[in-house]
This record gives sequence, C-alpha cells and structure tokens, in this order.
Amino acid sequence: LGTRSVASTAAHQPKVCIVGSGPAGFYTAQHLLKNHQSLQVDIYEKLPVPFGLVRFGVAPDHPEVKNVINTFTQTAHHERCSFYGNVTVGSDITVDLLKRAYHAVILSYGAEGNRSLGIPGEGLPGVYSAKDFVGWYNGLPENKSLEPDLSSETAVILGQGNVALDVARILLSPVELLKKTDITESSLEAIAASKIQRVLIVGRRGPLQVACTIKELREMIKLPGSKPQLDPADFEGLKDVIEDLPRPRKRLSELLLKAAMEKPVGKEAERQAAASRCWGFKFLRSPVEILAKANGARAVGIRLAVNRLEGSGDSARVTPTEGREDVNCGLIINSIGYQSLPIDPAVPFDYKQAVIPNTMGRVNQAPGLYCSGWVKRGPTGVIATTMNDSFDTARSVLQDLESGQLDTTSAKPGYVFVKAVLEQQGVSPVSFTGWEKIDAAEIMKGKEAGKPREKLLDVAEMLKLARA
Amino acid sequence: LRAEDKVTVHFVNRDGEKITVQGNTGDSLLDVVIDKNLDFDGFGACEGTLACSTCHLIFEKDVYKQLGPITDEEMDMLDLAYGLTDTSRLGCQICLSKSLDGMTVKVPESVSDVRQSVDVGTTTS
Ligand SMILES: Cc1cc2nc3c(=O)[nH]c(=O)nc-3n(C[C@H](O)[C@H](O)[C@H](O)COP(=O)(O)OP(=O)(O)OC[C@H]3O[C@@H](n4cnc5c(N)ncnc54)[C@H](O)[C@@H]3O)c2cc1C
Ligand code: FES
Repeated sequence: LGTRSVASTAAHQPKVCIVGSGPAGFYTAQHLLKNHQSLQVDIYEKLPVPFGLVRFGVAPDHPEVKNVINTFTQTAHHERCSFYGNVTVGSDITVDLLKRAYHAVILSYGAEGNRSLGIPGEGLPGVYSAKDFVGWYNGLPENKSLEPDLSSETAVILGQGNVALDVARILLSPVELLKKTDITESSLEAIAASKIQRVLIVGRRGPLQVACTIKELREMIKLPGSKPQLDPADFEGLKDVIEDLPRPRKRLSELLLKAAMEKPVGKEAERQAAASRCWGFKFLRSPVEILAKANGARAVGIRLAVNRLEGSGDSARVTPTEGREDVNCGLIINSIGYQSLPIDPAVPFDYKQAVIPNTMGRVNQAPGLYCSGWVKRGPTGVIATTMNDSFDTARSVLQDLESGQLDTTSAKPGYVFVKAVLEQQGVSPVSFTGWEKIDAAEIMKGKEAGKPREKLLDVAEMLKLARA
Repeated sequence: LRAEDKVTVHFVNRDGEKITVQGNTGDSLLDVVIDKNLDFDGFGACEGTLACSTCHLIFEKDVYKQLGPITDEEMDMLDLAYGLTDTSRLGCQICLSKSLDGMTVKVPESVSDVRQSVDVGTTTS
C-alpha cells in the first residue's frame, strides 16, 4: 500500500523536517525520499556529527554494525535531503517554529536519559550510568571527563541486556583487541590500567528471562582471556522447561545452560584454565543500597535483595524476600535502561511510558507531528527494529500527504525560515560537508594509531574543523 | 562469464510480486540483490557481515535442504529475524550454484507490515 510511489497531488513541494540523525532519522528520511518524487527532507541534529547511537552507542568492537552508516551517507547526499548539525531542537528552535517552516515535523531524537535505580547511594563516586560509561568509551563529548574508577577488582553491572554485555566485554577485553577499534584513546589508556578482574552482571529475574541476545552472549562466553563463572544451582531443572520455548529463547537458554552445566573439554578447558579474568550472571537480585566507604566518600559495595520468581517465561514477575546479599565492588554500572525525555512543551509526552504517544507514528492530538525510533517505541530493539518502525512512520506521512490530511496547499518556507531563527540565536549549523571534514580528520588521526578512526571529543574543535 | 555460469533466481518481494534475475555462480544472494538493484527496503543493512538479519529470505523446502550447512553465528542472527520459518536463511550467507538454478526465494514481510494488516483487519470487522 504505502510503499509504492506517491505522486504529489498538491501544488506545493511538501517540506518535512526530522529531529535527530540516528537510525530512526535516517531510515525515515530514506523511505520518504524513495517513495515520493518531490518532497524535501531536512534533518536537524543536536551534535555537529550525525548517526546517533551508531556512533555513540554501538560498541567499538562491533564495527560491522556500523556499516549502516554507508547507507545513511547515501541518503544524506540525496539532492532533496539536507543535514543541519549543531542545532538543538527545543532550545535553539522550538517545535512550533519548525511547524511553521515545514508541513510535517518528525521527532526521532532517541532516548537521551538513563533510568535511575532510585536507591540510596546512587550518586556516590564509583557508580555510573551505562549511558555515561558507554558515552565515555565511545567519545561522546559530554562524557569525556567521566574518569570512571577502575581501580577495584570487582565490577557490578545492574541489568542483563545487550548494553550490559557490551560494557562487560569492554571492561574485560584484552587491550590488544580494543586498541584496533575506534575506542576513544583516553578510555583505552584507562582500561589498559584497569584492575578489574571480575564482572558480575545482575538481573532481577532468572536465567530464562535474561534480556540479551544470543550473539552477545556467545561473544561473552568466548571472550579471550576471560571465563564464565556460572553457578550450576541457578540452572537446576531448567533443561526440561526450555524444550518448549520459542526458538530464539530456546537457543539462548541452551547456550547459557551449556556454559553453566557442562565441564569444558580440550582446547576450551585449556583456554578457561589460562584465563585470568572472569564474569558471571547473578540472578534474582535487585539493588537496594549502594554501600559507602566509612567516610562516605565512595562506593565500596552494593546490597542486593534476594527475589522470588512467580510465574514463568517472559511474563514472570519477582517479589523481593527478606533475604539480602552484600557484594564488595568498587565499580557499579547501572544498565537498567535508557529513557526518552521530553524536548519541547509543545509536544505531547507520556511520562509513564517515557515515549511520545502516537498511533502508527502519528503523534496523538497533534496534526503535522510524527515520531519514529526509540522516542516512539521505547529504548529497546536492534537497528533493524528501529528501521522497520521508521519505515512505518514514513508510510503514515506518505498516506497523510496523499489523503490531504497533511495540507500542502500552502507553500512552506523550510530551511530559509529556520536559518533566520538560528541566526538570531547565534547558532550556525554544520552541513553534511562539514561533517565530512570532521570525518576525514578523525580517520587520518586514527590511521596514525592503527585504528579506524580517533573521534574528536571537543565540540568547539569539531565546529572549527567543519567550518575550515 | 559464460551462460552456464549464470543462475536464474525468482524473488518474490514483499508485495508478492515475482522478479526474475540472473546471478553468477559464487555470488551471494545479497550480491545479486545489490548488483540487480532490487528494491527490497532495508535489505542487507550490515553489508553481509552477519551483524543484522535484514537479508532474511525464505526458501522452498527442497531447495532449503540443498543449501550448505548453517553456522551458529548465522542461526544467532536469524533468531532476531521477523517471521522466522523452518526454511529461513540469511541471503548474505547463501552462494549461488548451478544446482540452485530456477529457485524461488521469498522476501518476508516485516513484522510491522504484518501488524498493519492486522490493524486494517480489526477496523473493518
Ligand atoms: C550502548 C548501545 C549499544 C547498541 N548496540 C547495538 C548493536 O550492536 N546492534 C544494533 O542493531 N543495535 C544496537 N543498539 C540499538 C540502536 O543503537 C538503536 O536501535 C538505535 O540507535 C535507535 O535509533 P534512534 O534514531 O531512535 O536513536 P538515536 O540513535 O539515539 O538517535 C537520536 C539522535 O537524536 C539526536 N538528538 C537528541 N536530542 C535532540 C534535540 N533536542 N535536537 C536535535 N537532535 C537531537 C541525538 O544526538 C541522536 O543523534 C545499541 C544501543 C545502545 C544504547
Ligand atoms: S546483510 Fe546483515 S546479516 Fe546478512
């Protein structure tokens, strides 16, 4: 239906803008440009550099995942697409003003917050959000001075999703492997000096509810220099249960069970015996308090409540018991989830779900406003998930153009209008050509160090390069 | 390349339309999709590096049996594919050979397409 080309019925060129240049922004743009013959798409991005979490989230040792950047770059080069970096929507320009400039505004600004634990001691030195920690090793300008304390032997990660496993892998990977990636140089130095030998990955629920995917788990199990430490008691009696699970959950559980219950043999036994580091899952535990040093200056441990699982499968719920367990650790990373934040009072926001309320990408009760990606669906799923929901949103926009729901009988000024507003604010955007200058400089800097790129960490430096 | 190195493949796209192309033996199905500019939205996002599942294709039963062995890594990515079937494989991992000549492969609907048709179904009933 909506995937076929839509002929422009209105007299005026539809002008659409997208807020955010992550996968959601670029996939939405791609679909719109491909299926409409005249529509113009302008993408606004807060940072001087594009690609969102593909640049600042995806782990440095997963360069294959970042291949999507090639397709995004093609989209950015499309004659009816423009990129304007260094523009923060909500503060540099309001959504109401964008609505004046464009027939449709699509919000694709992701999930910039981190869900908090809500427990005493959360703010102590030694406790970090996964979002900040990931931003730190991936060169996100706002996290460049994080300086996480890696001087203790044990790290605890709260949450058992893919982000948690990314963090565990980066903490435990041999430096020889990391230094060939685009990991930020200063972070690499800190990790090279790290004392961390053991990473515990803590989840509220049981082994059948882990939130990671199998690729990441397999990587963890095979991680050079590290061995899994899983308590067979946690997996007792699960063998029979997993037979009937849907294929993805079944294969994941089988792999986990094998790692926990089967004694390694041959080469793998040798490898594990030689490993100096280890990692493990801790199940049925919820954080209740960060334990501080006697003088209260920093975290030295965490108190966990022991949970009981009720029900089974994905819908299993936990109830905390009276039981408590203390774990000594100097590094605690909260990886219980990213969270979208409202950026402009003119946009409806569902605070409970932390998403923009929408129907098929149409923002509820707000004609002309659309959303895609994590801000539409919540912060879960891989890039392919984001791609599909972005295509959905683009389809809704195309349908509304065709049906006249989106009124294009009057012309809209587009960027010309925005430019004037930004000039008044003293904001000057970075074009895609500007980004390509930054890109070239980063690649050159990386070459000297034998890595794909060395990211610039300073926004002022990026701006200077982009305008050179 | 000689004519005997060509393999005919019939793709059925998401709209149910049949597209017939010829590929070279040794090329992967992802290569064919790119070379022939086949317009399957979002296909091959990771460019054949086993880091996505957007090149998911569904094969006929007897063709499926002829395909080479499947690695754990391909299975791992397939687990994330929408509309996984018993005869699903990743297109970037399947190379053309003469014995596959004339096969029909289906590009699966994405989950969102499915949901959309469900939505339509509920509003019309
Ligand atoms: C740590 C981590 C690792 C991941 N690893 C993988 C992986 O290996 N494989 C995989 O498939 N998926 C991975 N994902 C998931 C993937 O990154 C997401 O599915 C995807 O990035 C979501 O896209 P998005 O465009 O909605 O959000 P984002 O990628 O976050 O993009 C949002 C963009 O909007 C910009 N923005 C924010 N606020 C404003 C504003 N006010 N004005 C203008 N612009 C703004 C941001 O700067 C950003 O560029 C990972 C996610 C995380 C967090
Ligand atoms: S193209 Fe990504 S797995 Fe085949």
